[in-house]
Amino acid sequence: MKKLILSVLLLNLLAACSSNPPKEEVVEPATTSAATATEAPAADAQAATASDAQAAAASDAQAAADAQAALMSKNSVYFPFDVDAVQDADRETIMNHAEYLASHPNVKVRVEGNADERGSSEYNLGLGQRRAKNTKRALVLGGAADSQIETVSYGEEKPRCSEHNEACWAQNRRADISYSAQ
Amino acid sequence: MRRWILLCLSFFVVPAHAVLNIEITGAGEHQTPVSLVRFAGDAAIAQGLLDIVGSDLIRTGLFKLVDPAGKTPHEPRDIRPSEWAGVEAVLIGTVESQAEGKVVVKFRLFDLVRNAELLSQVVTAKEDQVRAIGHRIADLVYERLTGSPGVFSTRIAYVSRDEGVFRLVVADSDGDNEQALLTSKEPIMSPSWSPDGRQIAYVSFEKRRAMVYVQSLSSRKRTLIADFPGSNSAPAWSPDGTQIAMVLTRDGESQIYLANSNGGHLRRITYSDAIDTEPSFSPDGKSLLFTSDRGGSPQIYRVSIEDNDVRRLTFESGNAFSPRFHPDGNSFVFAHFNDGVFHIAVHDLESRQTQILTAGGWEKKPSFSPNGKMILFATEVQGRGILATVSSDGRVKQKMVAQRGDIREPMWGPFLK
Repeated sequence: MKKLILSVLLLNLLAACSSNPPKEEVVEPATTSAATATEAPAADAQAATASDAQAAAASDAQAAADAQAALMSKNSVYFPFDVDAVQDADRETIMNHAEYLASHPNVKVRVEGNADERGSSEYNLGLGQRRAKNTKRALVLGGAADSQIETVSYGEEKPRCSEHNEACWAQNRRADISYSAQ
Repeated sequence: MRRWILLCLSFFVVPAHAVLNIEITGAGEHQTPVSLVRFAGDAAIAQGLLDIVGSDLIRTGLFKLVDPAGKTPHEPRDIRPSEWAGVEAVLIGTVESQAEGKVVVKFRLFDLVRNAELLSQVVTAKEDQVRAIGHRIADLVYERLTGSPGVFSTRIAYVSRDEGVFRLVVADSDGDNEQALLTSKEPIMSPSWSPDGRQIAYVSFEKRRAMVYVQSLSSRKRTLIADFPGSNSAPAWSPDGTQIAMVLTRDGESQIYLANSNGGHLRRITYSDAIDTEPSFSPDGKSLLFTSDRGGSPQIYRVSIEDNDVRRLTFESGNAFSPRFHPDGNSFVFAHFNDGVFHIAVHDLESRQTQILTAGGWEKKPSFSPNGKMILFATEVQGRGILATVSSDGRVKQKMVAQRGDIREPMWGPFLK
Protein backbone atom coordinates (compact mmCIF):
# COMPACT_ATOMS: atom_id res chain seq x y z
CA MET A 1 0.00 0.00 0.00
CA LYS A 2 2.74 2.37 0.93
CA LYS A 3 4.57 1.56 -2.28
CA LEU A 4 1.51 2.37 -4.31
CA ILE A 5 1.02 5.73 -2.69
CA LEU A 6 4.66 6.56 -3.16
CA SER A 7 4.69 5.68 -6.81
CA VAL A 8 1.56 7.70 -7.41
CA LEU A 9 3.19 10.62 -5.68
CA LEU A 10 6.37 10.26 -7.69
CA LEU A 11 4.67 10.04 -11.07
CA ASN A 12 2.53 12.96 -10.34
CA LEU A 13 5.43 15.09 -9.34
CA LEU A 14 7.61 14.06 -12.23
CA ALA A 15 4.82 14.95 -14.61
CA ALA A 16 4.62 18.36 -13.07
CA CYS A 17 8.36 18.88 -13.57
CA SER A 18 8.32 18.35 -17.27
CA SER A 19 7.49 21.79 -18.50
CA ASN A 20 8.45 25.37 -18.06
CA PRO A 21 5.76 27.83 -17.14
CA PRO A 22 3.96 28.61 -20.35
CA LYS A 23 2.30 31.89 -20.97
CA GLU A 24 -1.37 32.19 -20.38
CA GLU A 25 -3.54 32.47 -23.45
CA VAL A 26 -5.10 35.82 -24.07
CA VAL A 27 -7.90 36.12 -26.52
CA GLU A 28 -9.00 39.49 -27.72
CA PRO A 29 -11.36 39.06 -30.59
CA ALA A 30 -12.39 42.15 -32.50
CA THR A 31 -15.67 43.34 -31.08
CA THR A 32 -18.07 45.92 -32.28
CA SER A 33 -20.01 47.71 -29.66
CA ALA A 34 -23.73 47.22 -29.40
CA ALA A 35 -24.24 50.93 -29.93
CA THR A 36 -22.98 50.81 -33.50
CA ALA A 37 -25.14 47.77 -34.16
CA THR A 38 -28.31 49.74 -34.57
CA GLU A 39 -26.76 52.56 -36.53
CA ALA A 40 -25.81 50.58 -39.59
CA PRO A 41 -29.28 49.69 -40.84
CA ALA A 42 -30.67 53.07 -39.83
CA ALA A 43 -28.10 54.98 -41.86
CA ASP A 44 -28.55 52.57 -44.73
CA ALA A 45 -32.30 52.96 -44.58
CA GLN A 46 -31.95 56.70 -44.56
CA ALA A 47 -29.82 56.69 -47.70
CA ALA A 48 -32.11 54.30 -49.54
CA THR A 49 -35.21 56.23 -48.66
CA ALA A 50 -33.63 59.50 -49.67
CA SER A 51 -32.65 58.20 -53.10
CA ASP A 52 -36.09 56.68 -53.68
CA ALA A 53 -37.85 59.90 -52.85
CA GLN A 54 -36.38 62.31 -55.38
CA ALA A 55 -39.75 63.68 -56.40
CA ALA A 56 -40.84 64.37 -52.87
CA ALA A 57 -39.96 67.41 -50.90
CA ALA A 58 -36.65 67.04 -49.09
CA SER A 59 -38.27 67.63 -45.73
CA ASP A 60 -40.83 64.83 -46.32
CA ALA A 61 -38.01 62.44 -47.23
CA GLN A 62 -36.15 63.35 -44.12
CA ALA A 63 -39.23 62.80 -42.01
CA ALA A 64 -39.85 59.39 -43.56
CA ALA A 65 -36.23 58.40 -43.06
CA ASP A 66 -36.35 59.49 -39.45
CA ALA A 67 -39.48 57.46 -38.93
CA GLN A 68 -37.93 54.37 -40.41
CA ALA A 69 -34.72 54.88 -38.45
CA ALA A 70 -36.78 55.10 -35.28
CA LEU A 71 -38.61 51.87 -36.11
CA MET A 72 -35.41 50.08 -37.00
CA SER A 73 -33.70 51.21 -33.81
CA LYS A 74 -35.96 48.79 -31.95
CA ASN A 75 -33.97 45.65 -32.50
CA SER A 76 -34.80 43.45 -29.53
CA VAL A 77 -37.72 41.10 -29.01
CA TYR A 78 -38.65 39.80 -25.57
CA PHE A 79 -39.89 36.49 -24.14
CA PRO A 80 -41.70 35.24 -21.03
CA PHE A 81 -39.85 32.90 -18.61
CA ASP A 82 -38.72 29.64 -20.25
CA VAL A 83 -40.70 30.52 -23.40
CA ASP A 84 -39.11 30.69 -26.83
CA ALA A 85 -42.06 31.70 -29.04
CA VAL A 86 -41.98 35.23 -30.49
CA GLN A 87 -44.68 37.30 -28.80
CA ASP A 88 -47.43 39.33 -30.49
CA ALA A 89 -46.13 42.46 -28.78
CA ASP A 90 -43.01 42.27 -30.95
CA ARG A 91 -44.84 41.74 -34.23
CA GLU A 92 -44.15 45.29 -35.43
CA THR A 93 -40.45 45.07 -34.61
CA ILE A 94 -40.18 41.78 -36.49
CA MET A 95 -42.07 43.13 -39.53
CA ASN A 96 -39.93 46.27 -39.72
CA HIS A 97 -36.74 44.24 -39.83
CA ALA A 98 -38.23 41.59 -42.13
CA GLU A 99 -39.29 44.24 -44.65
CA TYR A 100 -35.94 45.97 -44.42
CA LEU A 101 -34.10 42.71 -45.03
CA ALA A 102 -36.45 41.80 -47.89
CA SER A 103 -35.74 45.13 -49.60
CA HIS A 104 -31.99 44.89 -48.91
CA PRO A 105 -31.09 41.36 -49.93
CA ASN A 106 -27.36 41.99 -49.55
CA VAL A 107 -27.67 42.91 -45.89
CA LYS A 108 -26.98 40.15 -43.38
CA VAL A 109 -27.87 40.04 -39.70
CA ARG A 110 -27.13 37.98 -36.64
CA VAL A 111 -29.95 37.12 -34.31
CA GLU A 112 -28.51 36.70 -30.80
CA GLY A 113 -30.67 34.81 -28.30
CA ASN A 114 -30.39 35.46 -24.56
CA ALA A 115 -31.92 34.08 -21.38
CA ASP A 116 -32.32 35.11 -17.77
CA GLU A 117 -30.27 33.39 -15.09
CA ARG A 118 -32.98 31.04 -13.78
CA GLY A 119 -31.56 27.84 -15.22
CA SER A 120 -28.14 26.33 -15.78
CA SER A 121 -25.82 28.21 -18.11
CA GLU A 122 -25.93 25.34 -20.61
CA TYR A 123 -29.72 25.01 -20.55
CA ASN A 124 -29.94 28.76 -21.05
CA LEU A 125 -27.56 28.55 -23.99
CA GLY A 126 -30.02 26.11 -25.56
CA LEU A 127 -32.96 28.33 -24.69
CA GLY A 128 -31.26 31.39 -26.22
CA GLN A 129 -30.53 29.39 -29.35
CA ARG A 130 -34.22 28.48 -29.62
CA ARG A 131 -35.26 32.10 -29.16
CA ALA A 132 -32.83 33.12 -31.90
CA LYS A 133 -34.13 30.39 -34.17
CA ASN A 134 -37.77 31.37 -33.65
CA THR A 135 -36.95 35.03 -34.19
CA LYS A 136 -35.23 34.10 -37.43
CA ARG A 137 -38.27 32.04 -38.48
CA ALA A 138 -40.52 35.05 -37.88
CA LEU A 139 -38.22 37.27 -39.94
CA VAL A 140 -38.22 34.76 -42.78
CA LEU A 141 -42.01 34.51 -42.64
CA GLY A 142 -42.03 38.31 -42.90
CA GLY A 143 -40.05 38.23 -46.13
CA ALA A 144 -36.36 38.02 -45.16
CA ALA A 145 -34.26 35.34 -46.84
CA ASP A 146 -33.00 32.40 -44.78
CA SER A 147 -29.44 33.07 -45.98
CA GLN A 148 -29.47 36.63 -44.61
CA ILE A 149 -29.78 35.53 -40.99
CA GLU A 150 -27.32 33.77 -38.71
CA THR A 151 -28.52 32.59 -35.30
CA VAL A 152 -26.34 32.42 -32.20
CA SER A 153 -26.96 32.22 -28.47
CA TYR A 154 -25.30 33.90 -25.53
CA GLY A 155 -27.50 32.09 -23.00
CA GLU A 156 -27.25 33.91 -19.66
CA GLU A 157 -23.70 35.07 -20.35
CA LYS A 158 -24.44 38.61 -21.53
CA PRO A 159 -27.14 39.96 -19.25
CA ARG A 160 -28.27 43.53 -19.85
CA CYS A 161 -29.17 43.75 -16.20
CA SER A 162 -27.64 41.74 -13.38
CA GLU A 163 -30.02 41.94 -10.44
CA HIS A 164 -32.12 39.02 -9.26
CA ASN A 165 -35.59 40.42 -9.98
CA GLU A 166 -38.26 40.15 -12.63
CA ALA A 167 -37.70 43.66 -14.00
CA CYS A 168 -34.13 42.70 -14.68
CA TRP A 169 -34.83 39.18 -15.93
CA ALA A 170 -37.42 40.52 -18.38
CA GLN A 171 -34.68 42.59 -20.08
CA ASN A 172 -32.42 39.55 -20.32
CA ARG A 173 -35.00 37.25 -21.93
CA ARG A 174 -34.58 38.61 -25.42
CA ALA A 175 -33.27 38.15 -28.91
CA ASP A 176 -31.26 40.96 -30.51
CA ILE A 177 -31.29 41.57 -34.26
CA SER A 178 -27.76 42.77 -34.85
CA TYR A 179 -26.56 44.32 -38.12
CA SER A 180 -23.01 45.11 -37.03
CA ALA A 181 -22.00 41.54 -36.68
CA GLN A 182 -21.38 40.53 -40.26
CA MET B 1 12.55 1.55 5.85
CA ARG B 2 12.86 5.07 4.64
CA ARG B 3 12.01 6.11 1.17
CA TRP B 4 13.28 9.27 -0.41
CA ILE B 5 11.27 11.02 -2.98
CA LEU B 6 12.17 13.99 -5.06
CA LEU B 7 9.20 16.25 -4.90
CA CYS B 8 9.68 18.58 -7.81
CA LEU B 9 6.65 20.54 -8.82
CA SER B 10 6.67 23.12 -11.56
CA PHE B 11 8.51 26.32 -10.92
CA PHE B 12 6.12 29.05 -11.71
CA VAL B 13 5.21 31.26 -8.85
CA VAL B 14 1.72 32.55 -9.22
CA PRO B 15 0.67 35.97 -8.01
CA ALA B 16 -1.13 35.60 -4.73
CA HIS B 17 -4.63 36.33 -5.92
CA ALA B 18 -5.77 33.99 -3.26
CA VAL B 19 -8.95 33.11 -1.54
CA LEU B 20 -9.16 35.30 1.50
CA ASN B 21 -11.63 33.79 3.73
CA ILE B 22 -12.98 30.30 4.23
CA GLU B 23 -16.09 30.05 6.34
CA ILE B 24 -16.96 26.57 7.63
CA THR B 25 -20.26 25.54 9.17
CA GLY B 26 -21.38 22.19 10.53
CA ALA B 27 -19.43 19.11 11.57
CA GLY B 28 -19.24 15.43 10.70
CA GLU B 29 -21.25 12.93 12.70
CA HIS B 30 -18.03 11.71 14.29
CA GLN B 31 -14.98 13.94 14.55
CA THR B 32 -11.66 12.18 15.04
CA PRO B 33 -9.51 14.02 17.61
CA VAL B 34 -6.06 14.54 16.06
CA SER B 35 -3.03 16.39 17.32
CA LEU B 36 -0.60 18.01 14.89
CA VAL B 37 2.81 18.69 16.43
CA ARG B 38 4.83 21.37 14.69
CA PHE B 39 7.71 19.55 12.99
CA ALA B 40 11.26 20.05 14.25
CA GLY B 41 13.65 22.10 12.12
CA ASP B 42 13.10 25.26 10.07
CA ALA B 43 10.39 27.03 12.05
CA ALA B 44 8.87 28.95 9.13
CA ILE B 45 8.52 25.89 6.92
CA ALA B 46 7.29 23.76 9.83
CA GLN B 47 4.65 26.35 10.68
CA GLY B 48 3.61 26.59 7.02
CA LEU B 49 3.13 22.82 6.85
CA LEU B 50 1.23 22.78 10.13
CA ASP B 51 -1.13 25.51 8.89
CA ILE B 52 -1.87 23.76 5.60
CA VAL B 53 -2.37 20.28 7.04
CA GLY B 54 -4.50 21.73 9.83
CA SER B 55 -6.77 23.79 7.59
CA ASP B 56 -7.14 20.91 5.11
CA LEU B 57 -8.26 18.54 7.85
CA ILE B 58 -10.53 21.08 9.56
CA ARG B 59 -12.33 21.92 6.31
CA THR B 60 -13.60 18.35 6.03
CA GLY B 61 -15.48 18.65 9.31
CA LEU B 62 -14.28 15.12 10.14
CA PHE B 63 -11.49 16.04 12.52
CA LYS B 64 -11.07 17.90 15.76
CA LEU B 65 -7.61 19.39 16.17
CA VAL B 66 -6.36 18.94 19.73
CA ASP B 67 -3.65 21.35 20.90
CA PRO B 68 -0.48 19.36 21.76
CA ALA B 69 -0.29 21.61 24.86
CA GLY B 70 3.44 22.08 24.80
CA LYS B 71 4.37 18.48 24.04
CA THR B 72 6.86 18.33 21.16
CA PRO B 73 7.66 14.75 20.20
CA HIS B 74 9.46 14.41 16.87
CA GLU B 75 10.17 10.67 16.93
CA PRO B 76 7.83 7.82 17.92
CA ARG B 77 10.01 7.00 20.93
CA ASP B 78 9.19 10.48 22.32
CA ILE B 79 5.45 9.76 22.35
CA ARG B 80 3.99 8.66 25.67
CA PRO B 81 0.37 7.65 24.98
CA SER B 82 -0.60 8.32 28.59
CA GLU B 83 0.01 12.02 27.96
CA TRP B 84 -2.44 12.11 25.02
CA ALA B 85 -5.75 11.25 26.62
CA GLY B 86 -8.65 11.84 24.22
CA VAL B 87 -6.42 12.04 21.15
CA GLU B 88 -6.66 9.24 18.60
CA ALA B 89 -3.71 10.10 16.38
CA VAL B 90 -0.74 12.43 16.41
CA LEU B 91 1.27 13.73 13.45
CA ILE B 92 4.96 14.31 14.08
CA GLY B 93 7.94 15.03 11.85
CA THR B 94 11.08 16.94 11.02
CA VAL B 95 12.07 19.50 8.42
CA GLU B 96 15.67 19.62 7.27
CA SER B 97 16.93 22.35 4.96
CA GLN B 98 19.55 21.32 2.41
CA ALA B 99 21.66 23.05 -0.22
CA GLU B 100 20.03 24.75 -3.24
CA GLY B 101 16.79 25.54 -1.47
CA LYS B 102 15.82 21.93 -0.96
CA VAL B 103 14.02 20.71 2.07
CA VAL B 104 13.61 17.18 3.42
CA VAL B 105 10.38 16.53 5.30
CA LYS B 106 10.00 13.32 7.31
CA PHE B 107 6.63 12.68 8.86
CA ARG B 108 4.83 9.98 10.81
CA LEU B 109 1.27 9.47 11.88
CA PHE B 110 0.97 7.61 15.16
CA ASP B 111 -2.18 5.81 16.34
CA LEU B 112 -2.41 6.49 20.09
CA VAL B 113 -5.26 4.07 20.68
CA ARG B 114 -3.54 1.03 19.20
CA ASN B 115 -0.04 2.34 19.89
CA ALA B 116 1.03 1.82 16.28
CA GLU B 117 2.56 3.78 13.47
CA LEU B 118 0.04 4.44 10.67
CA LEU B 119 2.27 6.28 8.26
CA SER B 120 5.92 7.09 7.78
CA GLN B 121 7.25 9.01 4.82
CA VAL B 122 10.06 11.19 3.62
CA VAL B 123 9.60 13.88 1.00
CA THR B 124 12.28 16.02 -0.60
CA ALA B 125 11.10 19.23 -2.21
CA LYS B 126 11.97 22.78 -2.98
CA GLU B 127 11.28 25.23 -0.22
CA ASP B 128 8.61 27.03 -2.27
CA GLN B 129 6.60 23.82 -2.56
CA VAL B 130 5.52 23.81 1.06
CA ARG B 131 1.85 24.05 0.10
CA ALA B 132 2.06 21.00 -2.14
CA ILE B 133 3.85 18.98 0.55
CA GLY B 134 1.29 20.07 3.14
CA HIS B 135 -1.61 18.95 0.91
CA ARG B 136 0.10 15.59 0.32
CA ILE B 137 0.63 15.04 4.03
CA ALA B 138 -3.03 15.94 4.66
CA ASP B 139 -4.12 13.53 1.88
CA LEU B 140 -2.24 10.66 3.52
CA VAL B 141 -3.41 11.49 7.04
CA TYR B 142 -7.00 11.68 5.77
CA GLU B 143 -6.68 8.34 4.00
CA ARG B 144 -5.18 6.55 7.02
CA LEU B 145 -7.84 7.89 9.35
CA THR B 146 -10.97 7.66 7.16
CA GLY B 147 -10.17 4.91 4.66
CA SER B 148 -10.83 7.19 1.66
CA PRO B 149 -8.13 8.96 -0.30
CA GLY B 150 -7.77 12.66 0.44
CA VAL B 151 -8.46 15.28 -2.24
CA PHE B 152 -6.39 18.15 -0.90
CA SER B 153 -3.85 17.80 -3.73
CA THR B 154 -6.50 17.78 -6.44
CA ARG B 155 -7.37 20.86 -8.44
CA ILE B 156 -10.49 22.69 -9.45
CA ALA B 157 -11.37 24.79 -12.50
CA TYR B 158 -13.81 27.67 -12.73
CA VAL B 159 -14.57 30.83 -14.67
CA SER B 160 -14.10 34.27 -13.15
CA ARG B 161 -15.78 37.35 -14.54
CA ASP B 162 -14.38 40.69 -13.50
CA GLU B 163 -15.16 44.03 -15.18
CA GLY B 164 -15.97 42.44 -18.52
CA VAL B 165 -12.93 40.15 -18.54
CA PHE B 166 -13.45 36.40 -18.39
CA ARG B 167 -10.75 34.08 -17.10
CA LEU B 168 -10.61 30.31 -17.10
CA VAL B 169 -8.87 29.52 -13.83
CA VAL B 170 -7.30 26.38 -12.39
CA ALA B 171 -6.63 26.40 -8.64
CA ASP B 172 -5.86 24.09 -5.73
CA SER B 173 -8.91 22.45 -4.17
CA ASP B 174 -8.83 25.02 -1.34
CA GLY B 175 -9.11 27.81 -3.93
CA ASP B 176 -5.51 28.94 -3.49
CA ASN B 177 -2.73 28.94 -6.10
CA GLU B 178 -4.85 30.28 -8.97
CA GLN B 179 -3.55 30.12 -12.52
CA ALA B 180 -5.39 31.57 -15.50
CA LEU B 181 -5.46 29.27 -18.54
CA LEU B 182 -7.33 31.70 -20.77
CA THR B 183 -8.30 35.36 -20.60
CA SER B 184 -10.97 36.73 -22.92
CA LYS B 185 -13.35 39.64 -23.31
CA GLU B 186 -16.01 37.18 -24.46
CA PRO B 187 -17.71 34.63 -22.17
CA ILE B 188 -16.14 31.31 -21.17
CA MET B 189 -18.31 28.42 -19.92
CA SER B 190 -18.40 24.81 -18.79
CA PRO B 191 -14.83 23.74 -18.00
CA SER B 192 -14.52 19.94 -18.01
CA TRP B 193 -11.47 17.96 -16.85
CA SER B 194 -9.92 15.14 -18.82
CA PRO B 195 -9.79 12.03 -16.61
CA ASP B 196 -5.98 12.28 -16.30
CA GLY B 197 -6.22 15.92 -15.19
CA ARG B 198 -3.90 17.11 -17.95
CA GLN B 199 -6.41 18.84 -20.23
CA ILE B 200 -9.52 20.93 -19.89
CA ALA B 201 -12.32 21.18 -22.43
CA TYR B 202 -14.45 24.32 -22.30
CA VAL B 203 -16.72 26.64 -24.22
CA SER B 204 -15.38 29.98 -25.42
CA PHE B 205 -17.25 32.73 -27.25
CA GLU B 206 -14.04 34.36 -28.52
CA LYS B 207 -15.18 33.85 -32.13
CA ARG B 208 -18.52 35.42 -31.18
CA ARG B 209 -20.44 32.22 -30.67
CA ALA B 210 -20.07 29.16 -28.46
CA MET B 211 -17.32 26.77 -29.63
CA VAL B 212 -15.63 23.91 -27.81
CA TYR B 213 -11.87 23.95 -27.17
CA VAL B 214 -9.50 21.51 -25.51
CA GLN B 215 -6.43 22.94 -23.80
CA SER B 216 -3.37 21.30 -22.25
CA LEU B 217 -2.54 22.51 -18.75
CA SER B 218 1.21 22.03 -19.15
CA SER B 219 1.84 23.40 -22.66
CA ARG B 220 -1.26 25.67 -22.80
CA LYS B 221 -1.72 24.48 -26.38
CA ARG B 222 -5.35 24.77 -27.52
CA THR B 223 -7.38 22.82 -30.05
CA LEU B 224 -10.74 23.92 -31.41
CA ILE B 225 -12.77 20.71 -31.53
CA ALA B 226 -16.29 21.91 -32.44
CA ASP B 227 -17.27 25.00 -34.45
CA PHE B 228 -20.46 23.91 -36.20
CA PRO B 229 -23.08 26.57 -37.03
CA GLY B 230 -25.07 27.68 -33.98
CA SER B 231 -23.85 26.67 -30.51
CA ASN B 232 -21.21 24.11 -29.59
CA SER B 233 -21.11 23.48 -25.84
CA ALA B 234 -21.26 21.34 -22.69
CA PRO B 235 -18.17 19.16 -23.24
CA ALA B 236 -17.79 16.07 -21.00
CA TRP B 237 -14.96 13.51 -21.20
CA SER B 238 -15.52 9.80 -21.24
CA PRO B 239 -13.87 8.00 -18.27
CA ASP B 240 -11.18 6.52 -20.56
CA GLY B 241 -10.37 9.95 -21.99
CA THR B 242 -10.86 8.90 -25.62
CA GLN B 243 -14.20 10.59 -26.25
CA ILE B 244 -15.98 13.84 -25.53
CA ALA B 245 -19.73 14.21 -25.31
CA MET B 246 -21.00 17.66 -26.25
CA VAL B 247 -24.07 19.58 -27.27
CA LEU B 248 -24.49 20.93 -30.80
CA THR B 249 -27.34 22.84 -32.43
CA ARG B 250 -26.10 22.12 -35.93
CA ASP B 251 -29.17 19.98 -36.69
CA GLY B 252 -31.63 22.40 -35.07
CA GLU B 253 -32.25 21.81 -31.36
CA SER B 254 -29.56 21.40 -28.69
CA GLN B 255 -28.76 17.69 -28.92
CA ILE B 256 -26.04 15.46 -27.46
CA TYR B 257 -23.28 14.10 -29.68
CA LEU B 258 -20.22 12.00 -29.05
CA ALA B 259 -16.86 12.68 -30.72
CA ASN B 260 -13.27 11.58 -30.39
CA SER B 261 -11.32 13.84 -28.06
CA ASN B 262 -9.99 15.74 -31.12
CA GLY B 263 -13.56 16.38 -32.32
CA GLY B 264 -13.53 13.77 -35.07
CA HIS B 265 -15.86 10.82 -35.67
CA LEU B 266 -19.01 12.62 -34.57
CA ARG B 267 -22.18 10.67 -33.82
CA ARG B 268 -25.50 11.76 -32.44
CA ILE B 269 -26.72 10.29 -29.13
CA THR B 270 -30.06 11.98 -28.40
CA TYR B 271 -32.96 12.56 -30.79
CA SER B 272 -35.62 14.92 -29.48
CA ASP B 273 -37.23 18.20 -30.40
CA ALA B 274 -36.26 19.52 -26.94
CA ILE B 275 -33.15 20.97 -25.32
CA ASP B 276 -30.91 18.03 -24.37
CA THR B 277 -27.79 19.30 -22.63
CA GLU B 278 -25.19 18.95 -19.84
CA PRO B 279 -24.10 15.36 -20.55
CA SER B 280 -22.14 13.62 -17.77
CA PHE B 281 -20.62 10.17 -18.26
CA SER B 282 -21.35 7.31 -15.88
CA PRO B 283 -18.14 5.96 -14.31
CA ASP B 284 -18.45 2.81 -16.47
CA GLY B 285 -18.68 4.98 -19.61
CA LYS B 286 -21.85 3.24 -20.79
CA SER B 287 -24.41 5.97 -20.25
CA LEU B 288 -24.83 9.71 -19.90
CA LEU B 289 -26.89 11.77 -17.51
CA PHE B 290 -28.29 14.90 -19.11
CA THR B 291 -30.74 17.77 -18.65
CA SER B 292 -33.76 17.87 -20.95
CA ASP B 293 -37.05 19.73 -21.16
CA ARG B 294 -38.59 17.03 -23.36
CA GLY B 295 -41.16 16.37 -20.62
CA GLY B 296 -42.20 20.01 -20.40
CA SER B 297 -39.78 21.30 -17.77
CA PRO B 298 -36.04 20.72 -17.40
CA GLN B 299 -35.40 17.41 -15.58
CA ILE B 300 -32.62 14.83 -15.42
CA TYR B 301 -32.56 11.89 -17.84
CA ARG B 302 -30.18 9.05 -18.61
CA VAL B 303 -29.31 7.77 -22.07
CA SER B 304 -27.56 4.52 -22.92
CA ILE B 305 -24.71 5.15 -25.35
CA GLU B 306 -25.04 1.72 -26.90
CA ASP B 307 -28.73 1.82 -27.87
CA ASN B 308 -29.73 5.49 -27.24
CA ASP B 309 -32.47 4.32 -24.83
CA VAL B 310 -33.62 7.24 -22.65
CA ARG B 311 -35.05 7.10 -19.09
CA ARG B 312 -36.30 9.97 -16.99
CA LEU B 313 -34.72 10.03 -13.50
CA THR B 314 -36.10 13.08 -11.68
CA PHE B 315 -39.73 13.97 -11.18
CA GLU B 316 -39.19 16.95 -8.92
CA SER B 317 -41.50 19.88 -8.66
CA GLY B 318 -39.61 22.77 -10.18
CA ASN B 319 -36.65 22.15 -12.46
CA ALA B 320 -33.52 20.01 -12.30
CA PHE B 321 -30.23 20.96 -13.96
CA SER B 322 -26.53 20.08 -14.20
CA PRO B 323 -26.34 16.40 -13.20
CA ARG B 324 -22.95 14.91 -12.28
CA PHE B 325 -22.35 11.31 -11.25
CA HIS B 326 -20.92 10.32 -7.89
CA PRO B 327 -17.61 8.51 -8.58
CA ASP B 328 -19.25 5.21 -7.49
CA GLY B 329 -22.01 5.63 -10.09
CA ASN B 330 -24.80 4.97 -7.57
CA SER B 331 -26.03 8.52 -7.23
CA PHE B 332 -25.75 11.91 -8.85
CA VAL B 333 -25.74 15.52 -7.73
CA PHE B 334 -27.76 18.23 -9.46
CA ALA B 335 -29.03 21.80 -9.07
CA HIS B 336 -32.70 21.89 -8.13
CA PHE B 337 -34.64 25.09 -8.90
CA ASN B 338 -37.94 25.48 -7.09
CA ASP B 339 -39.91 28.48 -5.83
CA GLY B 340 -37.28 30.87 -7.16
CA VAL B 341 -34.39 29.21 -5.28
CA PHE B 342 -31.63 26.81 -6.32
CA HIS B 343 -30.59 23.98 -3.99
CA ILE B 344 -27.85 21.40 -4.37
CA ALA B 345 -29.42 17.95 -4.20
CA VAL B 346 -28.33 14.32 -4.49
CA HIS B 347 -30.46 11.64 -6.15
CA ASP B 348 -29.89 7.99 -5.24
CA LEU B 349 -30.39 5.81 -8.31
CA GLU B 350 -31.41 2.68 -6.39
CA SER B 351 -33.85 4.15 -3.87
CA ARG B 352 -34.89 6.95 -6.26
CA GLN B 353 -34.83 9.33 -3.33
CA THR B 354 -33.66 12.92 -3.64
CA GLN B 355 -31.93 14.58 -0.69
CA ILE B 356 -31.54 18.35 -0.58
CA LEU B 357 -28.13 19.21 0.89
CA THR B 358 -28.06 22.99 1.11
CA ALA B 359 -30.13 25.80 2.54
CA GLY B 360 -30.80 27.23 -0.90
CA GLY B 361 -29.80 30.36 -2.76
CA TRP B 362 -28.20 31.05 -6.08
CA GLU B 363 -26.54 27.60 -6.00
CA LYS B 364 -25.48 26.11 -9.33
CA LYS B 365 -23.16 23.71 -11.15
CA PRO B 366 -22.33 21.06 -8.51
CA SER B 367 -19.58 18.47 -8.97
CA PHE B 368 -18.25 15.73 -6.66
CA SER B 369 -14.70 15.61 -5.37
CA PRO B 370 -12.96 12.56 -6.87
CA ASN B 371 -13.34 10.63 -3.58
CA GLY B 372 -17.08 11.39 -3.59
CA LYS B 373 -17.00 12.95 -0.12
CA MET B 374 -17.52 16.60 -1.05
CA ILE B 375 -19.47 18.62 -3.59
CA LEU B 376 -18.16 21.84 -5.10
CA PHE B 377 -20.68 24.36 -6.42
CA ALA B 378 -21.15 28.04 -7.26
CA THR B 379 -23.16 30.28 -5.00
CA GLU B 380 -23.46 33.96 -4.25
CA VAL B 381 -22.63 36.28 -1.39
CA GLN B 382 -23.71 39.92 -1.62
CA GLY B 383 -24.36 39.64 -5.34
CA ARG B 384 -20.97 38.13 -6.11
CA GLY B 385 -20.38 34.59 -7.35
CA ILE B 386 -18.19 32.49 -5.03
CA LEU B 387 -17.15 28.87 -4.59
CA ALA B 388 -18.72 26.72 -1.92
CA THR B 389 -18.60 23.10 -0.85
CA VAL B 390 -20.89 20.78 1.04
CA SER B 391 -20.08 17.30 2.32
CA SER B 392 -22.00 14.53 0.53
CA ASP B 393 -24.06 13.95 3.68
CA GLY B 394 -24.93 17.66 3.82
CA ARG B 395 -23.40 18.10 7.29
CA VAL B 396 -20.38 20.28 6.58
CA LYS B 397 -20.50 23.41 4.46
CA GLN B 398 -17.90 25.95 3.51
CA LYS B 399 -17.86 29.14 1.50
CA MET B 400 -14.70 30.40 -0.13
CA VAL B 401 -14.81 34.14 -0.58
CA ALA B 402 -12.45 35.48 -3.22
CA GLN B 403 -10.91 38.93 -3.13
CA ARG B 404 -12.61 40.11 -6.29
CA GLY B 405 -14.53 39.11 -9.37
CA ASP B 406 -17.51 36.92 -9.93
CA ILE B 407 -16.82 33.17 -9.82
CA ARG B 408 -18.94 30.72 -11.83
CA GLU B 409 -19.00 27.29 -13.42
CA PRO B 410 -16.72 25.38 -11.01
CA MET B 411 -15.68 21.80 -11.73
CA TRP B 412 -13.70 19.56 -9.40
CA GLY B 413 -10.77 17.87 -11.14
CA PRO B 414 -9.76 14.20 -10.94
CA PHE B 415 -7.12 12.48 -8.82
CA LEU B 416 -3.77 13.20 -10.40
CA LYS B 417 -2.33 10.03 -11.82
